[in-house]
Amino acid sequence: MQSTNSRRFTLKALTAAVALTTLTAVPAFAADTIKVGILHSLSGTMAISETVLKDTVLMAIDEINAKGGVLGKKLEPVIVDPASNWPLFAEKTKQLLGQDKVSVIFGCWTSVSRKSVLPVVEEMNGLLFYPVQYEGEELSKNVFYTGAAPNQQAIPAVDYLMSKEGGGAKRWVLLGTDYVYPRTTNKILRAYLKSKGVKETDIDEKYTPFGHSDYQTIVADVKKFAAGGKTAVVSTINGDSNVPFYKELGNAGLKAKDVPVVAFSVGEEELRGVDTKPLVGHLAAWNYFQSIKNPDNTAFIKKWSDYAKAKKLPGSDKPLTNDPMEATYIGINMWKQAVEKAKSTDTDKVIAAMSGQTFKAPSGIVSKMDEKNHHLHKSVFIGEIKADGQFNVVWKTPGPVKAKPWSPFIEGNDKKPDEPVAK
Amino acid sequence: MPKRIHQLLWTALLCMAASAHALTPEQAQAIAVGESDTRVEALRAAVAGADEKTVQFIQALSDDAVKVVAGKPVLVKDDKAVDLVTGTETPLPDTAEDVMNNNRMRGELDSALATLKLLSPDVAVRSEAIKTLQGEVDESKLPMLDKAFAQETVPELKDRLGLLRAAALLSSADAAKRLEAAKLLADSSQAATKTLLIERLQVESDAGVKGALQMSLGKVESRLAWGDRLGAVFSGISLGSILLLVALGLAITYGLMGVINMAHGELMMIGAYATYVVQGLFQKYLPGAFDWYLLASVPVAFLASALVGAALERSVIRFLYGRPLETLLATWGISLMLMQLVRTIFGAQNVGVENPSWMSGGVQLMGNLSLPYNRLVIVGFAIAVLAGVWFLIEKTRLGLFVRGVTQNRPIASCMGVNTARIDTYAFALGSGIAGLAGCALSQVGNVGPDLGQGYIVDSFMVVVLGGVGQLAGTVYAALGLGVLNKFLEGWTGAVLAKIAVLVFIIIFIQKRPQGIFAMKGRSAEA
Repeated sequence: MQSTNSRRFTLKALTAAVALTTLTAVPAFAADTIKVGILHSLSGTMAISETVLKDTVLMAIDEINAKGGVLGKKLEPVIVDPASNWPLFAEKTKQLLGQDKVSVIFGCWTSVSRKSVLPVVEEMNGLLFYPVQYEGEELSKNVFYTGAAPNQQAIPAVDYLMSKEGGGAKRWVLLGTDYVYPRTTNKILRAYLKSKGVKETDIDEKYTPFGHSDYQTIVADVKKFAAGGKTAVVSTINGDSNVPFYKELGNAGLKAKDVPVVAFSVGEEELRGVDTKPLVGHLAAWNYFQSIKNPDNTAFIKKWSDYAKAKKLPGSDKPLTNDPMEATYIGINMWKQAVEKAKSTDTDKVIAAMSGQTFKAPSGIVSKMDEKNHHLHKSVFIGEIKADGQFNVVWKTPGPVKAKPWSPFIEGNDKKPDEPVAK
Repeated sequence: MPKRIHQLLWTALLCMAASAHALTPEQAQAIAVGESDTRVEALRAAVAGADEKTVQFIQALSDDAVKVVAGKPVLVKDDKAVDLVTGTETPLPDTAEDVMNNNRMRGELDSALATLKLLSPDVAVRSEAIKTLQGEVDESKLPMLDKAFAQETVPELKDRLGLLRAAALLSSADAAKRLEAAKLLADSSQAATKTLLIERLQVESDAGVKGALQMSLGKVESRLAWGDRLGAVFSGISLGSILLLVALGLAITYGLMGVINMAHGELMMIGAYATYVVQGLFQKYLPGAFDWYLLASVPVAFLASALVGAALERSVIRFLYGRPLETLLATWGISLMLMQLVRTIFGAQNVGVENPSWMSGGVQLMGNLSLPYNRLVIVGFAIAVLAGVWFLIEKTRLGLFVRGVTQNRPIASCMGVNTARIDTYAFALGSGIAGLAGCALSQVGNVGPDLGQGYIVDSFMVVVLGGVGQLAGTVYAALGLGVLNKFLEGWTGAVLAKIAVLVFIIIFIQKRPQGIFAMKGRSAEA
């Protein structure tokens, strides 16, 4: 009896002591830092794309801290690894918002991970900056979308391929990984192509599982389909499946001038592990390419390569920048400006201050956060893969395009308002 | 702008007038700089009266070896700018801009070069040129084609040129010529011909020609269908050979020894990383022999995985023989540790393993059937590994001991066989073969810490389906699953095919739990 009691006492004392230290520690921390959550997969099939985004946020944080931080406080990164595991994204978000009390989260790549995080962010009134092009069909008060909506990437790309310059494609293979982003994008594209007079039989839609690595049948099918007329492939394949896909494409001798492949998720970073010589001429549509020449981009690339070299990041011998990195960089800088404008890190105040923020983007335009719809105004570029793994910009929009998260090519969207609706 | 177009037209006219006109700087400029439309026009004009310099210039353009200095194109050679006309070398200024070639321009350059090469004295070059021109011809190329056709002496090339001419004639204004062309094209086995026929069929007005087009289209299509079928069989065999490689090691450790080794996939991953390390060493120390790094990495991958396997057996698995559940849990834990170890050493991201140049590209068997070299090499490699394992198990003393220990451990031990050592050897052999599989996988897929995860289910599937303890069963099961998977994939798509194969295996195992081949006779432990 005695011993149990004393043990219980010790336990209580310990708990109290721990509680006390945490209690005293938290306010002490909160006083001089603002916590920033980073929610990117550092392992698993998406690590190929997401790891650099974590480093981009860290670089921007270092840069901001070197200039004195935000509101006189230093930013403190909190990194978690959701490991390409979609339910884990939600858990880690709960941890970031509930336990670490971060003011803002930068994270997610795949739409399925964003969809998994969304209810948590909304319920706990957090703030998420999502830096990747996506399918639209979503508008949350708690999310800022710094990547492209379909009308800022997919539709211009298809327009280009239909033009004489792009090869005048008549038949279309819509090829993607099997989840929400490719499915929705292809639904929009199908409707768009039909509105342009493309017949149902001239569109072929194909999906593969995440991490698929045997593209023999698919490439053979594309070849067969292409025999029926000038064909273009729209690829929404995500993650490391792109490497075997492009390898197979090269080996099967499917040249870009015969069947161009335009990809929406393949940038400089994804091509790192691929021999690009057989891929010359295949396309990608983005809002930023490393090869864009302007002083802001030169500075951005220099900042990144200095950072990568200083931190000895993997691949720092050949530092690459890409579109989601630019979007991440714009996002964190706009967030900083908004916090300074709101003079607070309170979620609702920052959301209000975000509207109409501008930032001089490395892509060469002054990027503006739309006053209402939480999306950036962006220029669209179409680039062809060069032998050195960089892109050659062959087409661009004359100026920034406003995002349409609710695509007019999906039924019922015309009635939806262009701003988040309170639930 | 209008002034430039005027100038362009003028140069174009000039070129047409004088045949074998030397390439002028203006002409070169018109081909290299400006809007695509005018550049294409200038290029076509230049081809009509090309000389040596023109060929050289177009070749350089297509090799991206032309830059623009102050609006004028120059050839680039070893960081020197070479003047087009005089050939004098000057250092390349920093302001030099790349010539921008998009797909359309590249296509035009390729077909221009191929057209010029049709008259080459080298047979191989001519053959290659005809191949390039497949599906690219129109009436503007007809004079050149006629000339080449008249000069051609090799009968096979003459036939192919005839088909090309027919393709060009298909859009002729003369219905009789079109009819003749449509009939000729029935002999083609090119996918490009099908495209051409379909496109022509849509705009053809003459009933007779239309009928001939239909006939030819039918013939071409049936020929192409054979290529498709053979292609599906080949990709099935290729997938089967990969499955065989990943399952063969397991057939030894699980099939013969009865160890449920969940770390089998990670042993493959170690083999793949060993390949990556060897590649890195070759890049650093033997860049000249880089193409042969793969040969060197085969034994390295085998040894690396075999050593890890032997260490595993000595330290963990030997204490767990006869306790399958504990083995399963222990090896699963080890697999997690191995993955984390690789993540710590090499990073969580995939690493790039390049195909050696002799494994890139493919061999063209039929018009629409080409077999990629890397797949062919892997099929051959799988056969070689299989032969090696068969020899080792059936013909050597070690194999005899392994079989003896598997069949009756106490008796083998009585006969003086050191069973503990044989277990280690056998497990190391199985692990080493997993390493070989990893080396092969690095050539077709991604190399990353979770490489093994994607194959562990497949490898168990193959071994169980083939019948535990049977090497021959593993071979049949691997090839069967590969071909089945590929045929289903062509029919239902990749996602459903994977599910359908799993359902098939579940039903099969329900009906025949012993697998395709059951152990015959009295097995001591069964």
